[in-house]
Parts: sequence; structure tokens; C-alpha cells
Amino acid sequence: MAASTQRQTVTVDGNEATASAAYRVNEVIAIYPITPSSPMGEFADEWAALGNPNIWGTVPQVVEMQSEGGAAGAVHGSLQAGALTTTFTASQGLLLMIPNMYKIAGELTPLAIHVSARTLATHALSIFGDHSDVMACRQTGFALLASNSVQEAHDFALISQAATLRARVPFLHFFDGFRTSHEVAKIEQLGDDDLRALLPADLVEAHRRRAMTPDRPVLRGTAQNPDAFFQGREACNRFYEACPEVVQATMDQFGDLVGRRYHLFDYVGHPEAERVIVLMGSGAETAHETVNWLLARGEKVGVLKVRLYRPFSVRAFVEALPASVRAIAVLDRTKEPGAPGEPLYMDVVAALREACVQGLARFAASPLVIGGRYGLASKEFTPAMVVAVFAELAAAAPKPRFTVGITDDVTGLSLPFDRDLDIEPDDVSRGIFFGLGADGTVGANKNSIKIIGEETPNFAQGYFVYDSKKSGAVTISHLRFGPRPIQSAYLVKNANFVACHQFVLMEKYDVLRYAVPGATFLLNAPYGPEEVWDHLAREVQEQIIQKKLAFYTIDAVEVARSTGMGGRINAIMQTCFFAISGVLPRDEAIEKIKESIVKTYGRKGDDVVRRNWQAVDETLANLHQVKVPERVTATKSLPPVISPEAPEFVRNVIGTLTANNGDLLPVSAFPVDGTWPIGTTQWEKRNIALEIPVWEADICIQCNKCVIVCPHATIRAKYYDPDLLKDAPPTFKSTGFRSQEVKGSKYTLQVAPEDCTGCSVCVMACPVKDKTNPKRKAINMAPQIPLREPERENWKFFLSLPDPDRGQLKLDVKGSQFLAPLFEYSGACAGCGETPYVKLLSQLFGDRLLIANATGCSSIYGGNLPTTPYTTNPSGRGPTWSNSLFEDNAEFGFGFRLAIDSLAGQAEALVLALAPQIGSVLADAILGADQSSEAGIAAQRERVSLLREKLSGLRTPDARRLEAVADYLVRKSVWVMGGDGWAYDIGYGGLDHVLSMGRDVNILVLDTEVYSNTGGQQSKATPRGAVAKFASAGKPIAKKDLAMMAMTYGSVYVARVAFGAKDTQTVTAFLEAESYPGTSLIIAYSPCIAHGYDLAMGLEQQKLAVETGYWPLIRYDPRRLGEGKSPLQLDSGPPKGDLAKFLYNETRFRMVEGIDPVRARELLEAARGDVKARYRLYELMARPALAEEAIVTAAGEE
Amino acid sequence: MDLSTTYLGLDLPHPFMPGASPLAHDLDAVRRLEDAGAAAIVMHSLFEEQIDQERFTATHHIEAHAESFAEALSYFPRPGEYALGPEQYLEQVARVKAAVGVPVIASLNASTLGGWIEYARHIQQAGADAIELNVYFVATDPRETGGAVEQHVLNIVRSVKQVATVPLAVKLSPFYSSVANLADDLTAAGADGLVLFNRFYQPDIDVEQLEAVPRLELSTSSELLLRLRWLAVLFGNTRASLAASGGVHTATDAIKAIMAGADAVQMVSALLARGPQHLRTVRTEAESWMEAHEYESIRQMRGSMSLARCPDPGAFERGNYVRALQGWRA
Repeated sequence: MAASTQRQTVTVDGNEATASAAYRVNEVIAIYPITPSSPMGEFADEWAALGNPNIWGTVPQVVEMQSEGGAAGAVHGSLQAGALTTTFTASQGLLLMIPNMYKIAGELTPLAIHVSARTLATHALSIFGDHSDVMACRQTGFALLASNSVQEAHDFALISQAATLRARVPFLHFFDGFRTSHEVAKIEQLGDDDLRALLPADLVEAHRRRAMTPDRPVLRGTAQNPDAFFQGREACNRFYEACPEVVQATMDQFGDLVGRRYHLFDYVGHPEAERVIVLMGSGAETAHETVNWLLARGEKVGVLKVRLYRPFSVRAFVEALPASVRAIAVLDRTKEPGAPGEPLYMDVVAALREACVQGLARFAASPLVIGGRYGLASKEFTPAMVVAVFAELAAAAPKPRFTVGITDDVTGLSLPFDRDLDIEPDDVSRGIFFGLGADGTVGANKNSIKIIGEETPNFAQGYFVYDSKKSGAVTISHLRFGPRPIQSAYLVKNANFVACHQFVLMEKYDVLRYAVPGATFLLNAPYGPEEVWDHLAREVQEQIIQKKLAFYTIDAVEVARSTGMGGRINAIMQTCFFAISGVLPRDEAIEKIKESIVKTYGRKGDDVVRRNWQAVDETLANLHQVKVPERVTATKSLPPVISPEAPEFVRNVIGTLTANNGDLLPVSAFPVDGTWPIGTTQWEKRNIALEIPVWEADICIQCNKCVIVCPHATIRAKYYDPDLLKDAPPTFKSTGFRSQEVKGSKYTLQVAPEDCTGCSVCVMACPVKDKTNPKRKAINMAPQIPLREPERENWKFFLSLPDPDRGQLKLDVKGSQFLAPLFEYSGACAGCGETPYVKLLSQLFGDRLLIANATGCSSIYGGNLPTTPYTTNPSGRGPTWSNSLFEDNAEFGFGFRLAIDSLAGQAEALVLALAPQIGSVLADAILGADQSSEAGIAAQRERVSLLREKLSGLRTPDARRLEAVADYLVRKSVWVMGGDGWAYDIGYGGLDHVLSMGRDVNILVLDTEVYSNTGGQQSKATPRGAVAKFASAGKPIAKKDLAMMAMTYGSVYVARVAFGAKDTQTVTAFLEAESYPGTSLIIAYSPCIAHGYDLAMGLEQQKLAVETGYWPLIRYDPRRLGEGKSPLQLDSGPPKGDLAKFLYNETRFRMVEGIDPVRARELLEAARGDVKARYRLYELMARPALAEEAIVTAAGEE
Repeated sequence: MDLSTTYLGLDLPHPFMPGASPLAHDLDAVRRLEDAGAAAIVMHSLFEEQIDQERFTATHHIEAHAESFAEALSYFPRPGEYALGPEQYLEQVARVKAAVGVPVIASLNASTLGGWIEYARHIQQAGADAIELNVYFVATDPRETGGAVEQHVLNIVRSVKQVATVPLAVKLSPFYSSVANLADDLTAAGADGLVLFNRFYQPDIDVEQLEAVPRLELSTSSELLLRLRWLAVLFGNTRASLAASGGVHTATDAIKAIMAGADAVQMVSALLARGPQHLRTVRTEAESWMEAHEYESIRQMRGSMSLARCPDPGAFERGNYVRALQGWRA
């Protein structure tokens, strides 16, 4: 990032490429994290933290705001006050900026923002890429500039900035989310001198001169009346007219300087092409590549890449098209339901018409124009699809509207394409690598690309596919290397090198379908070269023989273990790749790997480097070619990915998605409105645990603590009639149930062997130790593989045992854990600190529970396909769940309550009205029912069922109306749930409003003290002294006390809980919150991987958090005021022990010590002060006499 | 009154100094120690094992979940420089050195021979005036002989001596079969001083939780007796200078240590319990005692009660134990 005149070649992804230019040409950067744009802000933050200057020698201020709306406001303000400013965003975030975008454009303010274009949430959320977000901004007055590749994203970041300063029209520069933002490619990096050359001082000065300053005061943002507004709005027209020429002039200047030439519309293809595709974004590169392939085959085709989409230059557009064109297909990466066509198509049609009218058109005949959609949410867009579109243009009657890339068997819009077509030239090496997130495969591949890109003349490309589970996540890396810039913006389908870094993945994926004949196959296996063959399934052996693969194997785990690398096999597998792929000479490659290890780990110490080096050296000795037999010897086949016992939809649709074949599913396979079946995680047996807990019935005290802490509901307890054991599998364990109330029953603690993630939190929770051998607890971890088969049968039998009667259970920790969880086997991280709360919620109220879930971790593990964890009880009842947005979740759930109250009110009125027909005894019983307990709820369900019987005999409209709403006579429980990013930041305004409304809504904040889902950005819940993104030196400000803020209302039930510290308090708080007839707020301490410690220790850390006063446990129940008590109860004692004892177990706090010990001490002192002050305040508020004054005091604190 | 002494070749105005302890973590405490008249500052130990462990765990926790999930390619910022290694310790050496005028003795506990050499070199570069080698090591392997353990210690001293130009002290544990012989060998290997003795965390047992709990209680004056014996034995038998460490709480304790043969007297528990200013109290009281008893200098007193000079040398030898026990019975 230093000033230079020499241009460097770098290997970066699209986000870094963009940020690298944008950072250096701005003074203020205000952002908010959102996938896939977050890394741009993070890079900027890191560079600012390092003190890297922009081209004018100042370090940009990088600030994280509370939402994109906030970021846009800050950008607007900073621009108005004269600083060069930018932001990075995507999707819903961009939508939140729209109000400001109108203002910024209306005020002709130079600004270039950079958007990694992402799908807008409709029937479902998707983090992936298309143009639906940027297309929603085409009316704001912003110029829209599209870049198609990593290099272009870098170049256009500068061109957009230079053009906006000249044109005064603000720019939205965009590129495809993930496909470009996350693709790693070799590019030429612009030097500071390049940037300076395009941004002369006079342009910056002109911007400054327009700034608001009391030294030259101006007035902007007036309110205008009908007499003035219209004309005022038209006054900007000249700037928009001039804008395209300004952009072209800037592109020309850039081309003269750098050598890469761009135009408003770039045409590639036959000079006399008859068929032309018009599109923008990364798909244009694939189309370009395919056009070249078709030209070589004599076809007269071409592609027009749209670069400046707004303002749309009709002249430049028609001039760019060959006069010979007869048919045009316009491809839109967005969908506008109900419109005559998608936006780009409509613009092309209008432009052609306009060109005719103005006499600009040179076409022999007016071209036919058809429009199609492609690539929504990063759906693959391949050469085969480009070929299909050209074929359609050649058809006698092309479809006027079509889709390409899917099979639409409902409306028949899709074009057929040849899935086997492969146009990639032989001189491009292609590799595909299957790995787990945890094994470092992606990092190693990024490193390999860097080595190849930077050490050889080859161009390199890497793209990485991640699954949506957070535990045991699979990664698939797609790598290309070749002598020319790589335009293939699609996944590798046919690879010369296939590697599987985890043997277990051979069972789950058809790994070898990617291998071309004669390809090299590398497998990490826990077997020697002589034995590995015998452990492969029949289908795998077949492919190895048929395709004549060169098959290599290594036991990388053993090499890693013996060289002290723990579970990290990245350097080992990377060495294997270079050793056998021949991409680089072996010795040279190994030297480069070692150099890169020093670069990566050098600052972490010589020993880390030494161990990595040793691992590299040991690799070659342990890498073996396998002698492949001539015939298949295996008898076993690959197991099904989804249980054959699953329902049809799950088998056919979800099963196909799970097997990585979702692209093959037709439109008819999908629900029309995004509604998805529940309870589907049970059918996907992931088998990701290396070890699982084993129960020792002889010493178990049956406390059920292991059950309550399990994040994945994979360890459960039941008591049951001993007679039921007669059908038990032989290894099923059972012991007498210890209970005062229930005599003669049996008790079993059972583990789901194939769903457990092996986090071992349950073992940590077990309070029992064998008196003779205290190492042995009542549950202990043991290898999964030998236990898999018998425990699978045991689990199945266990599930078949009846659940205890909910009405009979005492709802303490032990009793609550006999309630069936209706949230199971989620994809949350192993040891997740959030999910035990969600599971508890599902156990206590699941059969009458509505959940509004803010976007974040909980919406991903709660609702990301293919399989989802919310499920039903045997009666078919269970939580109903939905995710609206990130920012509106409290309001969304509040809406649930309004509807339920309305429907329940109608039902009650109808019961009253129909009392004579249904009987006044039943009517009175229904209307006066006490539903405060499980037994009360059950009784009311009985009454409603009786009511339905009676209604079925009635023939009145009221009876029918009551039938439709009768279920609302049973109390429903509304829970609004989300993380701290939502509750403390983006959703706080709505949350606060809902708190103030007093309606019966329960709010559960899963407080990880950081934006977990997007990768650890600070929120207002981040504590003082913790390192987080945007607080890389440790957050200087204390955490917001949300509990205190809610208590100031006096009418809200508030609790702070930490299940690992005091599970009884957690259970009590959930029950109290639910029973409280007004609004309740539970703030739940949730250990998270972003805290940087082994989550198996999560319970211990929670205990320490509470003990040291870091996380005081409180309950504030306004009902207690009526009893003459303070509403506030302290459930934990005064801070005990040193806060540092808690803090320094976690990397997030320890890092500050490493960065700046003096600051670390200051922050620690301040944090100690926070803890004491907060406790004193709580204590004061908890005194009965001071209750009311304390509430008032609270408003002024923190 | 001449209180001056020479320890590790360093000419000191008097023998009283803090021993290796957490006091040196805090620059303010270090300044208070100097204000209280500390003759030198002995820093807490740099533990190689801990540094290695921290590097690995930090690297592990930062990397373990990276590049696994599309929305979060990492969970921590990547600050350009943050110290996970010895940098923190070395910076503290430099800071302490800059903050005080008295000699600074750094302390090192490495786990590999390479570590001893590398870190000793770094510590010296950071400005330490001397290095105390904390050769703490618990031999739990039944196949490892006492001789091998001693050879290991000697190897460390020889290796560090190769790179160190500043004086080296070796802080010993009392658990060697022949402390006097080892002292001899250590001196030959290059040790400039011996510190008697280290005190360790001892595992205690929590009978309720069935857990082993590491504990370190503050010392008491009774622990001084072990030191007195071995100071008395070594005095005059070694070229190395001697420091008493462990059990010095009062001026009388300090005087005993000097009489037994100590060139320097290190205090930790007393300072932790009573604050840095206690160092001044001990020195003043010792000085008063010496004046009252008409001593002229520390040198005059040093070793006066050693095995070689004491009127009843048998008291330091085995017979002593038998008699003491008999005396108690009587």
C-alpha cells in the first residue's frame, strides 16, 4: 500500500481490489457490515489501524455505524462538510441507503460507493449475488457503473471516483457479490501515482469549495412548494447529459495511463455479428469467453458489455452495437415480477426505439429483442447457457421472455442447455479441493494461488464454495491457472487435479465426478497406501479405474500430529498439491511454501514457523502413489445422504440439495411462496463428531445438566415404564429413575451419535466424578465410529419411548429437560452458546410458540437450507418461525402479537355469542380458563377440541368463523429473537418502541457481544477492552447496559441470564418472562467462537463472568412492585475475584495485551470500574425502599 | 556504616532487593521499589513454555474458524503487529531499565535449549544487567536419573554462557542430592551467582471437587532455615556469589542470611504482604541492629556464621537434626 510508481502484481479478491483503490482516494469511510461487502470495510479498518495514508497523506477515518441507514447519513454529512467520503454495502443495506442516495444525488454531490451486488430477500434471504439490489437504486439519480472482474473492480473503483468529481453525479460502482467480491485473482495494482493522475487537486478543491462551512455559509435541504420544486428538480439535467461523456473521458485518460481501455459499452465479437447478447457483471466475462469459442467455430455472434448503466447513453449504446445485428438477447441478473420485462431489457428496447426516432440507428433491420433472467443468487452462469441463449436467438420464434440456468417446468420459460459442454482450453489447469472449514483448506489454496500468481507468469483464479452449516462446514475450492487472464466466472466442472482433504467427505459427495480422465486424485486418508483402496466405496473405485486416475494418498492427520500442528493439515496438503500437480518445479514450490509460512506466521514466533516447516518436510516422505487394481474390489456402496425413511419431499428435494445437486431441481420442486417444511435436520445424518459422549449409568445422579447445555439437542433424558424395555436394543442403557414423585420408572440418558458435533460441553457440565477415578465422569467422550451403529439403534429406540406428561413435570432444570426439544441438530457451531437458550425456549413453550427471528446466526442455523432444525411434537404442534429483516425484527414479532390478539378477541366474542348453542358451561370455562400452567393449557386444548365437536354440528356462519379462529383460544407465546447486532444496534429503535408498548411480547437477545454471523464486528454490546473488527485496539467504550435501559420503563420484565453460570435462574427467567402479561426482555449471555477460546470451556467462562461481576444475573419483575418489593432482584453476588481472571481466558481480551500492554492495563482498570459501578447501581435499585428512585437514577447512568 | 556488597559482579550499595515476582509487572510498583531503596530489580520470569502455548492457542483460536463460512471469512481483525511472543517481556525489561537507575536482573525459564539461548540473547539486548536462570523443572519421568537432571541444568548454563556477556545467576531448587557438588559444577559451567532457593506452586487437593489445585502461599520466616543451611555450606566453597531467596521477612532474617553467607538478600512475600516500602524498613532496621552491635560493614558480617567459620559447624550438618529433635522431646 506504499506510494509507488511501479505497478505491482497482486493476488487479491474483488473486495480487497476495490477497497485498495477506494481507501486511497477517500478521507472518510462510514460502513456497516453486510455480506458480501463486509471485507471491504474490514480492509479499510485494518489499513487505517496500521496508519496507511491515502494519496494525500492522511489516514482515512473508518467508522462503523449502527446500520446502513446510519452509514448513509454519516456519508451524506461528511460529504456536505467537505470530505471525500465513501461506503461499501450490498443488498438490504443498499436499500437502507436509498433515502440518502436521493438527497446526495439531488444535491449533485460527488461520491462513489462500492457495492458487491447481492440478492434482495424476497421469498427467502440469500447472501449470494445478483443485481436486484443495485437495480432498486436505478431511480435515485446515482450513476451505475458495473465491473465484471477483480481487475475491473479495482480499476472502476478509481474511475468512478474520478468521474464523480468531474461530473458531480454520485456513482454506485458495483460488481457481483461472491463471484467477483470473493474471487481471488491475479491483478495489476494501481500505484498511488495512477490515482493521483486521475484525481487532480482542482477537482478535490472544487468539492471542498461547495462544502458547508460557517466561513462561507450556504443553505441546503430547503423545503420547496409547488411553485419551485419541479423546476428545481429539472435544474440538474445538464449534469446528467454530460455524465456519460465525462465517464468516457475518464476511461480514456485511465487507458492512456494504465493501458487497460474501457468504454461505456464494450462490444466483443464478430464485426458483422447477427446475434448479440447484452449484459453486465461477471456473466459478461463468461459470455466473452464463449463468444471467442463460438467465433472460432465460425459463428457470427457478439456480446455487448454494459459498463455505465446509468445515465444510459443511447448514442454510445447503438454505436457500440454492430450494424449487422438482427437479434439481441438482453440478460438481466434480477427479477421484476409483473413488469413487461426486466430493467436492462426495458432500457435496451427503449434505447433502440429512441435511436430510431433520433436517427442514430444504423441497423439494416430493426433488431429483434428478447429478454431473459439468469444467475439469480449466484446461480451458475456457464458457457453452455451462453450458447443456449445464442441458439434461442437463432430459433425461428425465440421466446420473448426466458430464463436460463434452471429448468422451469411450471411456466416453461427456461432454455435448455447442454450440461456437459466444456469449452475450457487445455492449457488452463483446473483443480478442485474438498475440505472442512476447520482444516484450513481454503487458506492453503488462497496461498497456492498467491504463489502461482506471483511467482510464475501464469494467471490464477480461486473461488470458494462454503456450506451453510457452521459446524463441520465443508468447503469446495475451485482453482484455475493459465497463461491468459481467466474469464471463466463459473465453477470448475472438469478438473485435472482433484483433492479430498477429508476422507469422510468421500461418503457424502461424488468427489470424482469433477475428475477428467487421467486426472490426479489426492486423498487424505487415515490408511496406508496399501489399505486405502479397500476403504473406498464401489462407485469411487469404479471412477478411479475408468478415468485412469493417478491416485495419491497421505495420512495428513498423522503428519500434522507428529509435527505438532494439531488438526491443521493445510500446509501438508498444499505441499502435496505442489509435489504432484507439477504446476511448479517441486523444490521451487516447497521453497515458496516455506517463504509464505514465514510471511504468515513470522510475527507469531519461530516455533510456529518451525513446526509448519517440519510438517512440509515430513509431507514428501508420507505421500504415496496408490497402486490401483484393475478391477473394482469394494462391495459397499455410498450411503444415502438423506434417510430413506424421510418423507418424499425431504428425500427428493432436500436430499438433492444436500447431495450438492440442487441445480438440477426444477421449478416445480419448490413451494411457490418460500414456505418450507419443518423438522428436516433429523433426516440429514452428518456424522461430524470424532468423539461422542458415553453415559455411565452407575454414577449418574440424573441432574439433566448435560441435557440443558447441549447446543444441538443431541443428548436427551427420558423416564418411562420399565415394561417398555422389552423391545430395547441389546446395548440400550437404563437405570432406575431417581424421583420422589414418580416411583418405579426407568431413566435413560441417550446420545444421538450421528447428530452430535462432539463439542463436549455436556461432559464439562457433568458434576459427577467417580470416587475411585475422578477422571471418569457420568458422561465421557469416546470415539464415534465404533459407537455409531449400536447407538444409532439406541437413539431410534429412545425416540420411540413416550415423552412424559408435560402437565406433571415440575419445571425446574431437571424437569424442564424431560420436555422434548422442538429445535434440534441445528447447523450452529460446535459448542454454540446461543442454541441452548433457543432449545430451552422450544422445550418450554414450543407447542404454542411463534418466533420472529432477526437476521444473523440464529436465522442461519434456524432457517438456512437445505435442512432446518425447528420441528414438531407427536401432536404436530411446534414453533412457527420466520425471519423478516435484520432491522425490523421487534416490530415484526410485535405484529404477530397484534394479529393473535385480534384473532383471539374475535374467537372470544364468537364463543360468547354462540354460548347458547355450545353451552354456557363450556363457554364460561373457555373464556375464564386459567392458562398459566402446562396443565391449564392442556385443559384448554381439551375444551377447544370439545368446542370444535359442538361447532361441527352447527350450521351458522358464526360457527364457521369460530372454527377458523378457535385455536387462538389457547394462549400463544410470541418470542422475538436475535443477536446483539440487531437488539443493540440496527434494531434498537424498533426494540425500544416495542418495549414501550406494553404488549405481551417476549424478547430474547442472544448476546455474543459482537456481530457473529458476519465475522466479529463490534456492536454496542461489545465490552470495553475487547478486540473486535472496527475496534482492533480494544473497544474503548463500555458496553451499553440494555437491561438498565429497559428497566427505566418500569413496565418491562427484564432478565440477564447465563445458563452456564446458573441454569435455574435461566429457566426461572424464561418462565417468568412468558407468564408476564406485558413485554419481557431476556438478555442471554452467549459464548461464541468470536471470543477466541475453546467453547468446551464455555460453561466455566460463564461462571467466571458471573462471579467476577462481568455478567451480573438479574431479574426485574414489575409485578413485585405490587408486593411492596423492589422489582429488581440480584441473582448473583457482589463481584468476587479479579476480572482479569475471566477476561484473559479469551483471545478477544488477550489480544489487546499483545498489541499494547499499557492500553490493555488502562482498559482493564476501566473495565474493573465498570463492573463495580454497575453492581453498586443494581444493588441500590434492588433495595425495596429505593426501588422507585433507583429507576430514575438508572436513566442517567452509562 | 558500609552496607555495600558485590553480587554477580555488580557493586551494590547494600544487599536488599526484591526477588523475582509479579511486582515487576507493574512499572509503578517497580518505581516504588526503587524509591524504597532496592539495590537492584529482579524481574519475574519469562516462561518459554507459556509463550509457546499462548502463541499456539492464539493462532489456533484466530484461525480455527476462519475460511469456513461464506459470511465470515475471519472472526478477528488482523492488526499488523501484536506480540504473542517474548516481545511483551522484552519491552518490559526495556521499560523497567528506563524507569530505574539501579541494575535490572531479568529472569528466564525456557523449556528448550534453543529457547534458553535465544531468549537470553534477547533479554540481554533489551538491556538487562544480569540474567537469573530459573531452572525450575519437575522430573516426573521415572526413567530420568538425578544425574541426567543435573546434566540438563549444566548444559543450560554452558549454552547460555556462550551467548551472554552479562553475569548469570542460577536459581536452584533444594531438590538435588548434592547441592554443594552441583554448585561447584555450575560455577565451572559459568554461573556467576547462585540463588537459594526457588519456591514452587504446589498442587493442593480440593476434596469436595476432587480437583488438584495449584497453590502458592506466601513464605514465612521458617522457610529461611533451609536457605541458611545451604548458604552456610556453600559459603567459601564457591566462586559464585550467593543470594538468599525465600523466607526473609525481617531485618533479623536478612542478617541471618548475610551471616550464613549471602551477598544479596531477595524478598518477595514480605513485599507482597506489606508493600515495597518494607524493603526500606528491613534495611534501616538491619542498619540499626548492626550499629547497635558495632558492626562496621556487611563484608565483616558476611559468612560469619557459615559452615567454615561458625563456632558450631555441626549445627549445619546432619547431627543437628538428631539433636534438635531430641531437644524437643526433652
